[in-house]
Amino acid sequence: MAQAERLSTWQVVQQRMRHGDVIFWLLTLFFALIVIALVVAVGYVTWAGSAQARTTFGIGFLFQDGWDPVNGKFGALPAIYGTLVSSAIALLLAGPLGTLIGVFLSELCPARLRQPLSFLVELLAAIPSVIYGMWGVFVFVPFFRSAIAKPIANSIGKSVPLLAGPVAAGRGVMVAGIILAIMILPTIAAITRDVLSVVPNHQREAMLAVGATRWEMIRLAVLPYARAGIIGGLMLGLGRALGETMAALMVIGSFKDSIKPSLFSPGITAAALIASELPNANDDLHASTLILIALVLFGITLLLNGLARLLVWQAARGPTGSVRA
Amino acid sequence: MITQAPNYNRRKWVDRFMRGLTIAATGLALIPLFLILGYVVFRGASALNLDFFTKAYEPPVVGAAGTVGNAGGILHGIVGSLLIVGVAMLIALPIGLLAAVFLAEYPANSVATFVRFCTDVLSAAPSIIVGVVAYVLIVQRTRQFSGLAGSVALAVLMVPVITRTTEEILKLVPHGMREAAMALGAPKWRLTLTVVIPAALSGIVTGALLAFARATGETAPLLLTVLGNNNVSFNLLAPMAALPLLTYKYTDTPFPAQNTLAWGTALILTLLVLSVNILVRWATRNRLK
Repeated sequence: MAQAERLSTWQVVQQRMRHGDVIFWLLTLFFALIVIALVVAVGYVTWAGSAQARTTFGIGFLFQDGWDPVNGKFGALPAIYGTLVSSAIALLLAGPLGTLIGVFLSELCPARLRQPLSFLVELLAAIPSVIYGMWGVFVFVPFFRSAIAKPIANSIGKSVPLLAGPVAAGRGVMVAGIILAIMILPTIAAITRDVLSVVPNHQREAMLAVGATRWEMIRLAVLPYARAGIIGGLMLGLGRALGETMAALMVIGSFKDSIKPSLFSPGITAAALIASELPNANDDLHASTLILIALVLFGITLLLNGLARLLVWQAARGPTGSVRA
Repeated sequence: MITQAPNYNRRKWVDRFMRGLTIAATGLALIPLFLILGYVVFRGASALNLDFFTKAYEPPVVGAAGTVGNAGGILHGIVGSLLIVGVAMLIALPIGLLAAVFLAEYPANSVATFVRFCTDVLSAAPSIIVGVVAYVLIVQRTRQFSGLAGSVALAVLMVPVITRTTEEILKLVPHGMREAAMALGAPKWRLTLTVVIPAALSGIVTGALLAFARATGETAPLLLTVLGNNNVSFNLLAPMAALPLLTYKYTDTPFPAQNTLAWGTALILTLLVLSVNILVRWATRNRLK
């Protein structure tokens, strides 16, 4: 009798233990599913929230200009243009520079300096974007305006409309592109360094053994091998530039109505447009339009990132061929 | 007989030039870093005084000579940021931690793969998008900007950081420890909570700190959710102030005293980010070697 009771208590305990495990597993599963739910929520909210704008304008509003919410006039073209052009400038500046930094950190840097230098470059990525924006407003924009924009606008700008004046306050698409370049530089440099560091050493040794200089080794044996990963890094940098809000909002000048031909003129980016208008959007159509812009932005960054991660992941795994010179 | 290749000189100079170029590029990248840090430290330091930490917003007073007087402090921003990010941490930590346990401690399955994909999507999404979602779900529904909406937005941004770092650190815990606990008859939940997580605690704290630093500097989602407030407010259901919002707001004012406050706030944010990054670097220095 006592024996049976003891056993049954033990069984209960055992059962509870087992149940404890199931409960714990369910608990972790539940929280893992929350992560999925968050993504679904982002997708669903931007899709459902933009329904009104989608039915009112169709896809065409992405290619229209004119932004006058009070009179119900919405054209997203200036925002699309500002986003693409400022990000393109950022990529043009930060792409080659970041790749060179990655090459230096991975191939040429003395071992003792590698860690501290990598850390410094990565610190650039840790600084909040609002501080880039503020530094841009107080320090970089005045410098850029008087030292770069005005001389260029007064000389080359006379014949090239893309670089024409008036420079005005100095805030504009070009300045935003440069600030964005500084912000995406560490992303590109860090990823280039990482994909170069997984290039197998026999690639380098084979090249050096036939008498190549260090640069020839890098150009012919290391960079081609890591090409996909480097392109992935550039795309991740571009994705970051496209979605960056604060720095762009503060230095681009917030001109929403049309596209100005000059890069020194103010413009607007999609993210900056959302940040500046959504909190004050009074009617549903206005809010819905801004959410539609958010949806487009989300879709583009998602596509870019998916593709980039695929490239970086493949590069990190190493291509199947042995020597690719 | 050893002969020198005919184009050796040219190749040598190209090599030197390109190597020099990579060094120059690295130097060029460090210039903005030091410029930004330098400006923030020197301009920000002049803003630091007792009032800066103990007073809230004060309207600028125009003196006799057109000078603008005392502009108050950032106490409301400090209180707001601590509350908003603190609540965000309370929301994000259990999600990130337990999702990471699910990813690291249980056998790989398709749900886990999809969860990893979703953390990638979340960390890739521009923060403004997360702000838009919090705005639609909370601010539009309740017809009220609130600190809580900001916390939710920041929590969504913190979750992927915490999940990924925790997962990686849990995977570093040696299997022998799990096996030893199992051999003693500990059920899975018990060995996870009392053996695996304590062993990985430093790494988990590291991830949480990184998420904390990232969230504190995040501005765009707060613009859409928290809005800002000129007074010290402890009410999470109403608009609040936050440090990055003050930096933004005080940058775009014509009053030099407020601009100085912007630099001061930027200095606080930068110090926070720098100290967390250096701390994390120091704490993980052995793992890197």
